[in-house]
Amino acid sequence: MIVVEDLHKHFGGFHAVDGASLEIRKGSITGLIGPNGAGKTTLFNVIAGRLPPTSGRVLMDGEDITGLTPHELFHKGLLRTFQIAHEFGSMTVRENLMMVPARQHGETLWNTWFRRGAIAAQERALAKKADEVLEFLTISHLANQKASQISGGQKKLLELGRTMMVEAKIVFLDEVGAGVNRTLLNTIGDAIVRLNKERGYTFCVIEHDMDFIGRLCDPVIVMAEGKVLAQGSAAHIMENEAVIEAYLGRGLKNKTKAGATA
Amino acid sequence: MVDFLNAIVALLNYVIVPATSYGAQLALGALGVTLIYGILRFSNFAHGDTMAFGTAITILVTWLFQSWGIGFGPLPTALLALPFGIAVTALLLLGTDRMVYRFYRRQKAAPVILVIVSMGVMFIMNGLVRFVIGVQEQNFADGARFVITATQFRNLTGLDEGLAVRTSTVITVVTAVIVVAALFWFLNKTRSGKSMRAFSDNEDLALLSGINPERVVMITWLLVAALATTAGVLYGLDKSFKPFTYYQLLLPIFASAVVGGLGNPVGAILGGFVVAFSEVTFTYAWKKVLTYLLPASLAPDSLVQLLSTDYKFAVSFAILVVVLLFKPTGLLKGKSV
Ligand SMILES: Nc1ncnc2c1ncn2[C@@H]1O[C@H](COP(=O)(O)OP(=O)(O)OP(=O)(O)O)[C@@H](O)[C@H]1O
Ligand SMILES: [Mg+2]
Repeated sequence: MIVVEDLHKHFGGFHAVDGASLEIRKGSITGLIGPNGAGKTTLFNVIAGRLPPTSGRVLMDGEDITGLTPHELFHKGLLRTFQIAHEFGSMTVRENLMMVPARQHGETLWNTWFRRGAIAAQERALAKKADEVLEFLTISHLANQKASQISGGQKKLLELGRTMMVEAKIVFLDEVGAGVNRTLLNTIGDAIVRLNKERGYTFCVIEHDMDFIGRLCDPVIVMAEGKVLAQGSAAHIMENEAVIEAYLGRGLKNKTKAGATA
Repeated sequence: MVDFLNAIVALLNYVIVPATSYGAQLALGALGVTLIYGILRFSNFAHGDTMAFGTAITILVTWLFQSWGIGFGPLPTALLALPFGIAVTALLLLGTDRMVYRFYRRQKAAPVILVIVSMGVMFIMNGLVRFVIGVQEQNFADGARFVITATQFRNLTGLDEGLAVRTSTVITVVTAVIVVAALFWFLNKTRSGKSMRAFSDNEDLALLSGINPERVVMITWLLVAALATTAGVLYGLDKSFKPFTYYQLLLPIFASAVVGGLGNPVGAILGGFVVAFSEVTFTYAWKKVLTYLLPASLAPDSLVQLLSTDYKFAVSFAILVVVLLFKPTGLLKGKSV
């Protein structure tokens, strides 16, 4: 479904993504893990068209999508959520969801004046859909709240809700569970599985919670220092020496550094 | 008591009415600046000249109508010509966007680069306006000059002071109210307007929704053309049209937008009135009003004018600095990119 070929993303002399190659199979829920600063979010940003790569290619169903804008990728069914939740602060939660689908009648000035009826009908349908999504995410009571005022965890749910407003092909979730309590995390996990089974969404999920990864994801890809370190089933990954070292090694390095400065 | 009424009338006549009218004009100008800042994320230095261009075209069409003998009764013919001015300005702005700004948008140019680009556009529009209509002052207001003259008012009320209400003042205020109401309806109630707000709230996210960024940009320029031309024509009807004056208006207009909170439409309106009232209050000679109010022994000898009118732009600048010192994002919260 998505193939990343030898992708590099450099910030000045710093190689955030340093020759990553990976594949996300159609219909899978692929996990992407790695220590902080491994380049996971940067990889998402490049795939989703927010940052241009320094070199390398991204293919979707065999077609080169490198350098397309997020807007063009949206139309191809590629969606993503942000690690730090984004929202339209001046709008209500329901309105936030209703903004998502593309090519709404109300988007042109012509229709705004001359096709009021069609717009109203479409908006009613969208509002209904938004309410269903909110119900599904157990945040119906927030529908009319300003999105800037809801909590961080609730914003995370809103991020996920956005991907449910359209028929996506592949969704990239960046730490969708961060700051969300355990019960809700399970709800999110169930939602992901359901979307995967019922609507055929392919997922690529960044998450630090290994239980969550272990329960949902197959395969799991491990990144460290901008490279793909290992790939395989969750159980297999957790026993991998290199992976353990990548996590612990960095921790130890940091500890010695902190000790030296103290 | 009569003195008190006279003082009130003098205050209305020399301060409140002119400042309201000027404030409405600044507010419309500042709305354009703030929309561009909110959506396209740069301060558009060409805005004063956009206003001048729209007004120049409107004046040309007005002259054409006049030569055909078309008038608008007691109202100025320019109001009939206004839609044409807006349409031509819209074409100019869309053309500029296509030829200039779009290139930099694709490059994801930093806001400061866009500001400098807009200065280049400013110089070109500057020349264009002078080419189209010349550098001289033009008076294009026709129709009835006054709704009520000072003499009529005096005869009517028997007071010493007169209150003159000019047609242009009434037109300014009424037009501004209609334009602002329409704009807010558009931004809050229509899907196109919501797309614009979404873009202004969070561009990253807007791009990840089905919102077509190029369409949002296009609609923004159309609204800016309407706002700038209307502001320019109202200002010209009230005072007169001179390209250089419009270029100078850039300072009070930016002051209004920034004082209110850049990117915030309500703030732009508030800012317009704050700047206008301060400017008029500081440059008005208060002698007359004070003479009515104070006992004869305390009556002032001097003009009691805080600043000469030559310094009126300094007032905008001072307000700008003071507000930014205490509230860096403006009176109402704007963006601070
Ligand atoms: N715009 C940028 N400019 C400069 N450096 C950047 C930029 N974005 C990311 N980086 C650097 O790239 C590295 C990888 O960052 P990235 O956000 O991709 O990590 P991550 O794997 O998502 O980490 P985390 O698990 O903490 O979210 C970090 O060292 C970061 O400082
Ligand atoms: Mg990250």
